[in-house]
Amino acid sequence: MSSREVGPSLLAKKILGVGFAAAVAGILIGLYVAGWATSFPKSIAASAAPANSGGSSLTLETVASIGSKLGKSHPTWVSYLVRSNGRWVRNTDYTVPANTVVHITIYQFDTPTGLRNPFLSQVQGTIGAAATIDGKTVNAINPEEASHTFAIPELGVFVPLPGVPEESKHPCEEAPCELGSDHRTITFSFRTGGKGRFRWQCFVPCGAGWYFGNGGPMQTLGYMDGFINVV
Amino acid sequence: MSSEPAAAQGGPPAEPNHARRFGTIWLLASLIATPLVVVLLGPILPPGKASEQAAGQVTDNTVLLAMATPVLLLVLIYLAYSTIYFRQPKGGVLEGPAIRGDARIQTTWIIVTTALVLSLAVYGTVRLLGDNGGGSGSGPAPLTSPKGPKLPVQVIAQQWAFTYRYPTYGGVETPHLVLPQGEMIELHVTSLDVIHSFWAFQLGVKADANPQVDNIAFVKPTALGSFEIRCAELCGIWHGEMFDQGRVVTPAAFETWIHQQQATFAPATAVLPPYSRTYEPSPTRRGG
Repeated sequence: MSSREVGPSLLAKKILGVGFAAAVAGILIGLYVAGWATSFPKSIAASAAPANSGGSSLTLETVASIGSKLGKSHPTWVSYLVRSNGRWVRNTDYTVPANTVVHITIYQFDTPTGLRNPFLSQVQGTIGAAATIDGKTVNAINPEEASHTFAIPELGVFVPLPGVPEESKHPCEEAPCELGSDHRTITFSFRTGGKGRFRWQCFVPCGAGWYFGNGGPMQTLGYMDGFINVV
Repeated sequence: MSSEPAAAQGGPPAEPNHARRFGTIWLLASLIATPLVVVLLGPILPPGKASEQAAGQVTDNTVLLAMATPVLLLVLIYLAYSTIYFRQPKGGVLEGPAIRGDARIQTTWIIVTTALVLSLAVYGTVRLLGDNGGGSGSGPAPLTSPKGPKLPVQVIAQQWAFTYRYPTYGGVETPHLVLPQGEMIELHVTSLDVIHSFWAFQLGVKADANPQVDNIAFVKPTALGSFEIRCAELCGIWHGEMFDQGRVVTPAAFETWIHQQQATFAPATAVLPPYSRTYEPSPTRRGG
């Protein structure tokens, strides 16, 4: 009598092995994708505004290139920064209270690019339909002088930000930019309504080197666009 | 040899005339279902009746559904009929009879399907021309144009918002679309950067927004109220956020609104380029 081994055949073992390897690979890929998809930067909460103005406030700055300190992967990209706990951070996800006035101050360090749609050169949706630029109240700017915009389309807020002249003597070399460098100061306020999550974006085609200026930092969350969480 | 039927001799029962039986079932089902589909489903088909063009699309969708109903029933009833009557007998492993060509069936099939497709092509062409594009973008030189006065409104797409220009009101540009009820609107859809698509679903309007192309679509809003506007062409990171609510108001309310817009956006209007069918995607100082 021939002795035959009892147990799974070689083919069954191979199928089992391949199946197990595929399952492990699937789990690892799933974990990686889940980790990537849920790794949002924390939202920066607006701070309470001074008692005489009420509401809450956000302080932002726009820089021509984020530099290697704050943007290791894309140091040459244009970006917004936000003031948080006394330092500038690259984050474009902000949280503000519902049904209140939000005061925004933007220090603008970049040079002009110009608006593709001059209609957006008019300040819209802010209190008084105006903004102050270097202390002067305005309701529109020269569209050719626009460097960026801060716009929350769903809330009807559109604020053009004029650029620092090209011939600026003290340009900011690398972010974060300090107020000693040439800059423009833009302030405005708007009233939030009910709760919601609204995107904000720049409408100036400021993505240097990209197709029509609309790629790179314009198409990547965390540079020239983000969210306003009204809570 | 006996000429008596097999059944009379205790053999297997004679096969019924399946073709006649199936044909009768299908005909009856079609005669009952098609009017039901037209009467019950027709009125609730998209996109509704907020404009003449949308109402026309509801009619077209009803006609298509009515024509498709007998075809769908043909497939479903044949499937059910085959499952019941041509089932493999229990325990039997039998080859079916060899199928040979049937000139009558093949000819009928070719004639019926050709007639269906050609009639739909003729119907579609007649409707498209008769309805001046039926709410779709017809390019810079549409084959037909509605008679009578038309209000031109330019739809300007850019990453990632729509704005609207009214050339007969000083070229004022607005962030929202408001249209007068009962007036024929001549939409001029264009883009300042990449390809977008202007889609006002309830009005039955969908027109590509391409840079340096004036894409004309006609629409006559008939119902007062709001309608949804969306970009229907994947256009970048905020494509999903490129939406807005438009409104159809009475002609008097429209006049009031447009004059308010002229006053509100006077500073922007002062720096806008002269109204043009298309615009250069400039500036491109930083473009690659």
